[in-house]
Amino acid sequence: MRRRFAEAGRRAFLWQALAVGLLLLGGWWVAGRVEGELAARGIRSGFGFLLQPAGFEIGESLFDFHAGLAYWQAFLVGFANTLRVALPGLLLATVLGALIGFARLSPNFLLRALGTAYVEVFRNVPLLLQLLTWYFLLTEKLPPVADAVEFLPGFFLSKSGLAFPLPAFAVAAGELAWPQRGLLNIEGGATVTPEYLAVLLGLAAYSAAYLAEIVRAGILSVSRGQVEAAAALGLTARQRMRWVVLPQALRLIVPPAGNQYLNLTKNSSLAVVVGYPDLVSVANTTLNQTGQAVECIAILIAVYLALSLATAALLALYNARLLRRGSAA
Amino acid sequence: MIAWLRGNLFSGWASGLATLLVCAGAAALLPDLLRWGATHAVFAPDAEQCRALDGAGACWGVIAEKYRLVLFGRYPHAEHWRPALATALVLAVLAGFLLLPRAGRFFLGRAVPLAAFAAFGIAALAGALFLMAGGALGLAAVDTSRWGGLPLTLLLALGAVVGALPGGILLALGRRSSLPAIRALCAVYIELVRGLPLIPVLFMAAFLFPLFLPRGLGADVLLRVLVALILFAAAHLAEVVRGGLQSVPQGQYDTARALGFTPWQVQRYIILPQALRAALPALTNSFIAVFKDVSLVTVVSLYELTGALQLALAGDADWRPYFLEGYLFIGAIYWAGCFALSRWSARMEAR
Repeated sequence: MRRRFAEAGRRAFLWQALAVGLLLLGGWWVAGRVEGELAARGIRSGFGFLLQPAGFEIGESLFDFHAGLAYWQAFLVGFANTLRVALPGLLLATVLGALIGFARLSPNFLLRALGTAYVEVFRNVPLLLQLLTWYFLLTEKLPPVADAVEFLPGFFLSKSGLAFPLPAFAVAAGELAWPQRGLLNIEGGATVTPEYLAVLLGLAAYSAAYLAEIVRAGILSVSRGQVEAAAALGLTARQRMRWVVLPQALRLIVPPAGNQYLNLTKNSSLAVVVGYPDLVSVANTTLNQTGQAVECIAILIAVYLALSLATAALLALYNARLLRRGSAA
Repeated sequence: MIAWLRGNLFSGWASGLATLLVCAGAAALLPDLLRWGATHAVFAPDAEQCRALDGAGACWGVIAEKYRLVLFGRYPHAEHWRPALATALVLAVLAGFLLLPRAGRFFLGRAVPLAAFAAFGIAALAGALFLMAGGALGLAAVDTSRWGGLPLTLLLALGAVVGALPGGILLALGRRSSLPAIRALCAVYIELVRGLPLIPVLFMAAFLFPLFLPRGLGADVLLRVLVALILFAAAHLAEVVRGGLQSVPQGQYDTARALGFTPWQVQRYIILPQALRAALPALTNSFIAVFKDVSLVTVVSLYELTGALQLALAGDADWRPYFLEGYLFIGAIYWAGCFALSRWSARMEAR
């Protein structure tokens, strides 16, 4: 008997040694070939190129960026642009998703049908196609900037993007800088480009369909008996939702919603197709200019991996808090 | 009837208000939509007529004019019957697979044996590939760089799924293995790839793979992209399969071992059939995701459906204004595919 265990142990060791050995061998072979190929193309590997001037302009940026600044600064601008579209996207998708999720559970037939139609349409068409469609609508079907539509006081929408009032800290705290119709242009306030708007709307509309399903499933998971018991105790519909259903539903909603937020951030990489300069788009330009494929892709992997790990850590924190509260109750 | 209306449209003041609002919205929008899409639309492939519309109606003529370019991309025009036939073959295999249990009972009075169907599927797919590539039997050879449109979308999606499923199963088994090194390797691979968006993975296929692949093998973009799709999908499928594996109780494994099955036999005959059945709805969702994700290969200049549309319209000043109609057209194709798959999955789940 003991001999059989020893033999099984030896076999297990051999299998694992074989797997690790093959992997190392493959990695060594790939690294050797890549090195040879890079040398043949005259590309110096290493991250030294990050310090050289980028030599390309970036269409929009949170910081002042010009072609004379270094590649690492370009990457930083790209990453900031990714967050600049992903974070408002999360907010918009959450609001929209919750509304549609509730609509799908409404006693009203028309609202239910509208919610279902929304989910089925937006989930079953590729995001890339949706982004392209938004971009086309925003840049081709809107009026030129001289005839911008003012759909809310101070909000101007046109081919050149959206102008909106901005809290102007430079003028006086709490005061708004209002955009105004100039001779040929909208002056003052803040503007976002149609590229940004297309990515924002596309990401939010697409993720909202998934979030709606998550919200719906979470609410449905709370057993009917609880709602009926709460009703028997005299709680109104609003009170039942606030104090009985939501606290329990949230436990089931938050983890998948967190993953959906991560998906939205990852999906912002599709911005490259409408020319919004997010991280991937900057990496792509850099790669084409310098040929530093290994380094550029390594940066992308590192950034997205860090984002995934951060999301996972936040969700674990939330779960731990839930468990603690659950045991205290 | 009245009771239904009262219960579903006017069950309270809020519900009643919502009904009125939705009806008002529909009354405001639907006539315009109908006018744009149908009564004022131009259906003939006539650019003059479309321009005269000045946006008052849809120009469906653009589809009539360009549908072959959109559906088949840069494939040589005279040979379009080949991708058409290949598409039909692939669709037949898919439909056959989805309807397998039903069709068997209908035509044969019993379920079609899976092996027989697999043989038919492989033959049909090989036929489709041969039709696309040519190079023998009097068919002119067509380089893969000229493949495009719907057949490319379907072949890439199907190729990715067929290639990724065995890999995904192995990765899932590996992640549950009792050998720590294997477990760690599989877990690292799965989490690493799942943490990435598809676009950097496609960049790898386009820019990194050629750095180490032998010249002949590395020259074909299509092949490299397919490999990248398989590597990407395998990690995602592995997690889905693992969910299925976890639904099979440990007792089944122990029992089968006690009955004298070897570990591989237990997986093959006891665990996997149950795990895959349990994971089928989630697997279908992953297949839908792959089908949609294939649209991203446009980024590395492969002209599948979305790319072929850009190719067909962007360079043609007469038809460029009618992208919206084109987007709606291919959107409808994608939608039909995804919707059919998700309905099928819902039905399997209900059973």
